[in-house]
Amino acid sequence: MSMSHAQTLEGYNFAYLDEQTKRMIRRAILKAIAVPGYQVPFGSREMPLPYGWGTGGIQVTAGVIGQADTLKVIDQGADDTTNAVSIRHFFARTTGVKTTERTEEATIIQTRHRIPERSLSEGQVLVYQVPIPEPLRWLEPRETETRKMHALAEYGVMHVKLYEDIARFGRIATSYAYPVMVNGRYLMSPSPIPKFDNPKMDNMPALQLFGAGREKRIYAIPPYTKVESLDFEDHPFEVQKWDDCCALCGAQDSYLDEVITDDVGGRMFVCSDTDYCEDRRAQGHFGPLGQAAE
Amino acid sequence: MSIDINATPLLSVQNLGKDYGNLVACTDVSFDLWPGEVLGIVGESGSGKTTLLNCLSAQLAPSRGAVVYDTRIDGPREIFEMTESERRLLMRTDWGLVRQNPRDGLRLGVSAGANVGERLMAVGARHYGDIRAEAANWLQKVEIDVGRIDNVPSTFSGGMQQRLQIARNLVTEPRLVFMDEPTGGLDVSVQARLLDLLRGLVTRLGLSAIVVTHDLAVARLLAHRLMVMRQGRVVEQGLTDQVLDDPQHPYTQLLVSSILQP
Repeated sequence: MSMSHAQTLEGYNFAYLDEQTKRMIRRAILKAIAVPGYQVPFGSREMPLPYGWGTGGIQVTAGVIGQADTLKVIDQGADDTTNAVSIRHFFARTTGVKTTERTEEATIIQTRHRIPERSLSEGQVLVYQVPIPEPLRWLEPRETETRKMHALAEYGVMHVKLYEDIARFGRIATSYAYPVMVNGRYLMSPSPIPKFDNPKMDNMPALQLFGAGREKRIYAIPPYTKVESLDFEDHPFEVQKWDDCCALCGAQDSYLDEVITDDVGGRMFVCSDTDYCEDRRAQGHFGPLGQAAE
Repeated sequence: MSIDINATPLLSVQNLGKDYGNLVACTDVSFDLWPGEVLGIVGESGSGKTTLLNCLSAQLAPSRGAVVYDTRIDGPREIFEMTESERRLLMRTDWGLVRQNPRDGLRLGVSAGANVGERLMAVGARHYGDIRAEAANWLQKVEIDVGRIDNVPSTFSGGMQQRLQIARNLVTEPRLVFMDEPTGGLDVSVQARLLDLLRGLVTRLGLSAIVVTHDLAVARLLAHRLMVMRQGRVVEQGLTDQVLDDPQHPYTQLLVSSILQP
């Protein structure tokens, strides 16, 4: 899959951005790692794709990627969706680095909305694309005020939202972008990953970097950092569960997407992490529809 | 009500003044507020009442003077010399602020229960059942039907919103409550009920309060002591009945004589 350097686009610097910009981004990343969960402002650049498509993640990846890296890009867990394919192609053409769909082979994984099922290891970097970095934004519209709330660690209002969930739905209904406390200090939005993935962030051996292009913020969770999901004593944090297993690989421990298969109510559940699903099938695990699909 | 002669004042204001550029909004304001006392600040529009209240409640830094508050732990402290985090903690635990327009003081997008519970969560309450029970308890105290605990305040009437705002402020049992025209915009019968409720709460809980109003009837019902302001200065102060029944300053006389007699 790798391209030789001759095949990279002519006239572009390595990883698209110029060296000064990458330096600025690296400085922001270093600061973000030094203060886990703190949103560091950075001079976000125009990228050749629209805001909301991963401009922040791309800039962070461009800042940290080197010749020796192997890149994996996922969108909602899948390697083969538009966003993932186009970003992977973008870096293949502007850097010539090796790309992969296998989680364990990648040194950098850029992701939109998921954390891979396979546990990540030391030395890997997980780059999130973040649309709205400020977890307090829907509760407090003023940026000056939210910054002050972070500075003084005034986070009571976040529980107001969770209270409201329980009052309306009988349980904490927030199922994605579930707020977390990083290192016991900063309240952080984990980008819109499902809360199913929240426990994976805690004490993760890999470095987690978050880039928000439109909002011009970078934040980070260094390896082995405590990440707690907020909850109430009498309504503890819990993740989604499914009655079914993956129809293709039979996995019961992964995040499942519901797929409508016809217009008479037919449906199936499949792993959202395509690499994990393929891996399991290669090892001989099959779900109810797995063999038929082969 | 018995007053301990040797007590320290809860709030002590010395030569407070606030300028907006060349405009003097209020100046040379000094008074002591004692525990359990309700002070009324009256005066016409533009007399500096609200600026004064904003300075006292630490929402606005004054240009001159000092505001000393008798904190629970450290004793008397100048509020503008505290760190911002100390001041903000004070504002959401020991103080209450009831705004003229309840929409400014409430969180309109969340239920009544969450509005009342917000301060509890801000000081670390993390048990949903307890927070909810406390919220229900306070709704009862301000005469809001507990069945409406999950309704958002925008479905409430003006009087209910104002009562909800009061409950939201009193839930952490503050010692000092600032009120800016608490009955503004309410019709007279609702005003009367609200005043009755406020008076009851203030007496029962032993609150101190500073009430800004242009309505002398409100001042007479709520305030023990009255301060009359005009053009940024205090022109007269004394016991409420004394000021209203025997006004000395010509402006106070004018103010008292302007009350409509139905």
